[in-house]
Amino acid sequence: MEELSRILTQSAEELIAPTTAAFVLAAIGLNLHFGYTGLLNMGQAGFMLLGAYGFAISTIAGAPILLAVIVALVASILFALILGMPTLKLRGDYLAIVTIAAAEIVRMLGRSSGLAEWTGGQAGLRGNEFKETFAALSPLPDGSTAIGPFEHLNNGSDSWWVRIVGWGLVALALVVVWLLTRSPWGRLLKGVREDEDAVRALGKNVYAIKMQALVLGGVFGSLGGVLYVLPRAVQPDGMARSMTFFVWIVLLLGGAATLFGPVLGSMLFWAVFMLLRAGMREGLADSLSPSQVETIGGLVVGVALMLLVIFRPQGILGNKKELAFDAR
Amino acid sequence: MTADRPNLATAARRLVATLAAVAFPALLAAAPAMAATAPVATDCTTDASTACVAAIVMDEENNFVPDVGVTISGAGFEAQVTTTQEGPVSVKVPEVGTYTITLDEATLPDGLFPDPTEREVTAQTGSTARGAFTLGDEPVGSTPSADPGATGGTETPAAGEEGSEEATSGGFSWSSAWQKFGLGIRLGLLLALASVGISLIYGTTGLSTFAHGEQFTLGAVLAFMGVNMWDLPFWVAAALALAICTATGFVQDVVLWKPLRQRSTPLTQLMIITIGLSLVLQFSIQLMIGNGSERILSANPTSMTIAGITLSSWSWTSMAVAVLAILFIGWFLTRTRIGRATRAVSDNPALAAATGINPDKIIRIVWTMSTGFAGLAGLMYGLSVGTFSWNTGMQILLLMFAAVTLGGLGTAFGALAGSMVIGIVVEMSPLIPGMPNDLRYASALAILILVLLLRPQGLLGRRERIG
Repeated sequence: MEELSRILTQSAEELIAPTTAAFVLAAIGLNLHFGYTGLLNMGQAGFMLLGAYGFAISTIAGAPILLAVIVALVASILFALILGMPTLKLRGDYLAIVTIAAAEIVRMLGRSSGLAEWTGGQAGLRGNEFKETFAALSPLPDGSTAIGPFEHLNNGSDSWWVRIVGWGLVALALVVVWLLTRSPWGRLLKGVREDEDAVRALGKNVYAIKMQALVLGGVFGSLGGVLYVLPRAVQPDGMARSMTFFVWIVLLLGGAATLFGPVLGSMLFWAVFMLLRAGMREGLADSLSPSQVETIGGLVVGVALMLLVIFRPQGILGNKKELAFDAR
Repeated sequence: MTADRPNLATAARRLVATLAAVAFPALLAAAPAMAATAPVATDCTTDASTACVAAIVMDEENNFVPDVGVTISGAGFEAQVTTTQEGPVSVKVPEVGTYTITLDEATLPDGLFPDPTEREVTAQTGSTARGAFTLGDEPVGSTPSADPGATGGTETPAAGEEGSEEATSGGFSWSSAWQKFGLGIRLGLLLALASVGISLIYGTTGLSTFAHGEQFTLGAVLAFMGVNMWDLPFWVAAALALAICTATGFVQDVVLWKPLRQRSTPLTQLMIITIGLSLVLQFSIQLMIGNGSERILSANPTSMTIAGITLSSWSWTSMAVAVLAILFIGWFLTRTRIGRATRAVSDNPALAAATGINPDKIIRIVWTMSTGFAGLAGLMYGLSVGTFSWNTGMQILLLMFAAVTLGGLGTAFGALAGSMVIGIVVEMSPLIPGMPNDLRYASALAILILVLLLRPQGLLGRRERIG
């Protein structure tokens, strides 16, 4: 009984964990790409990693927090422009191929020995090196606070302060996306998704609209990346291809092209994922090593992604009629 | 009728695209070049004139401990490195002689104590002098035990590399360029074998499959398991691996792709399903062989020199096998009924169906063939490069995509040409001064983006509206 309540508490904690909020932000960005505009971005982890590096490296170099965040955002904007220019005039799968490759390249550059002076190479950048400016902003008193079964430090790595800022950013992003998607510009995005040629026939510049969506979604992705590394270190190998696919499953689970899809998807995904892994760790501790538990967890995620896309491509909140899903 | 007229402008554009593709890594190398001086390369590989010193920090269960600062000093040389989870960190030292390896105690993880914090090793050319440290749970009196570490041919090459074949980057000589050209041909042939499958699947179904990298790894993984876990003779294990790889394509089409085709599932949805499949295969492979890098055959490879290029005898064998398999694919596509039907389906499925070809049957053959050849390529890669790991295919997938895009998505012969170019460029790019060896694969992406800018339909692709 005690074990069960521990497992349940652990997975309930995931509902409001900073990682969950980081994935909500990344999925909101991907939602702008895929859900609203129909762009197949298979490299969201690359945007996140760039954001993380931009923030961490500029903070270590002595930049104040505002400048560090701006550096992170500018890095992802440039990345989106470089990826978008050659591919957005072409069929959708070219963007998919180029983004998945580019995200890998960002990771390879990050762990390359040639740039280790700034990126820390394979070892990455330790959290203590870049967290101080963020922690210094906290108005909370020192010590820890318990709310219900959840108890965390007020300030520090895995703290209430990170949670408050993370979910605050999520709320802000939701308002921005809500306002954008009900504006004329948002209707253009959906128009591009449904029928590019029709939008072009109305005299709109489809290429520019797609580029704006790619840049804006990338900006949310890089904010998600900054938030993702605040409670931990910048580890290039931890932000690889699997991360992109986890963002995809978060979006598809909640429902693409819906406002709250990313929020619901991320909370549900991380809670269930933790339930699964914690359950295996407790229940099958004798037969499985911790790394095997992680591997089996990933395996189940893969199967779930396939089943989800086959049987309920619109996710929990989505509307199958609205989402043609055949992005171009 | 414009298509029949030889078009000078097109030819010029094609030439420019190729030239630019080959030249671009030079531009790419400019940025890393500035950075290459300060930090120490930690992936030293030995050759006749290089001596390496490696530090190994492990806990009591022989797992590598990351993030420990290590100082290697001696003979007027000093280098500071940080350990990683991946394996030993090795440093190229300027002279043979005695070096001292010191652990920085401040960087050790809490609760772990080093046995000694200092070891002396003797560096010799052509080998790696290793100093191993074991971290225990309790502090030990620091009495340095006389363990100079293995100095000899027992070192394991850095993941994915074959130590004897790789010259360290930097410094240009025609012989090393020629040697790298040979490596490029080897990579190109294996890539061609794997990517022709991606291209055929794309041609017949319109789907870019993201699971092909794992299909590639699967060939090496199954052969490894056959030899090392089930104690089968090598040839039996290899045949079994290929049979299973081929079967995976067949089974996938029966249970997954055909039912989805009949539901006329949109392509985007199918593409995301291949991503799910790639996750499933990747984690299954990790479950089967773990996270380390493995060797299919544990015996040291014998090397053979042909035309001034020294490669392991397995490399020459795999190149021969790859050439035979590619010739077979060419013969199959141009001379057999089924092959011609495959090309007809690629061209126009509806028209092909109207002439009595059954597209479903053709697509099933294509899936079966593609996964089989990807498995064969993976097996040959594992044998010729020496080591492979669960994520080998993931890196190769990037090169495969670059190759098929360069050649023209959906054209089988374009995939062959593109693969050769990509293979040679990737292997020769470390010749550019200052280009770190671990960024070789990045040159493939540079080519990819350039091709899309200059000639989106690829070298052999048809000029149609693809926007």
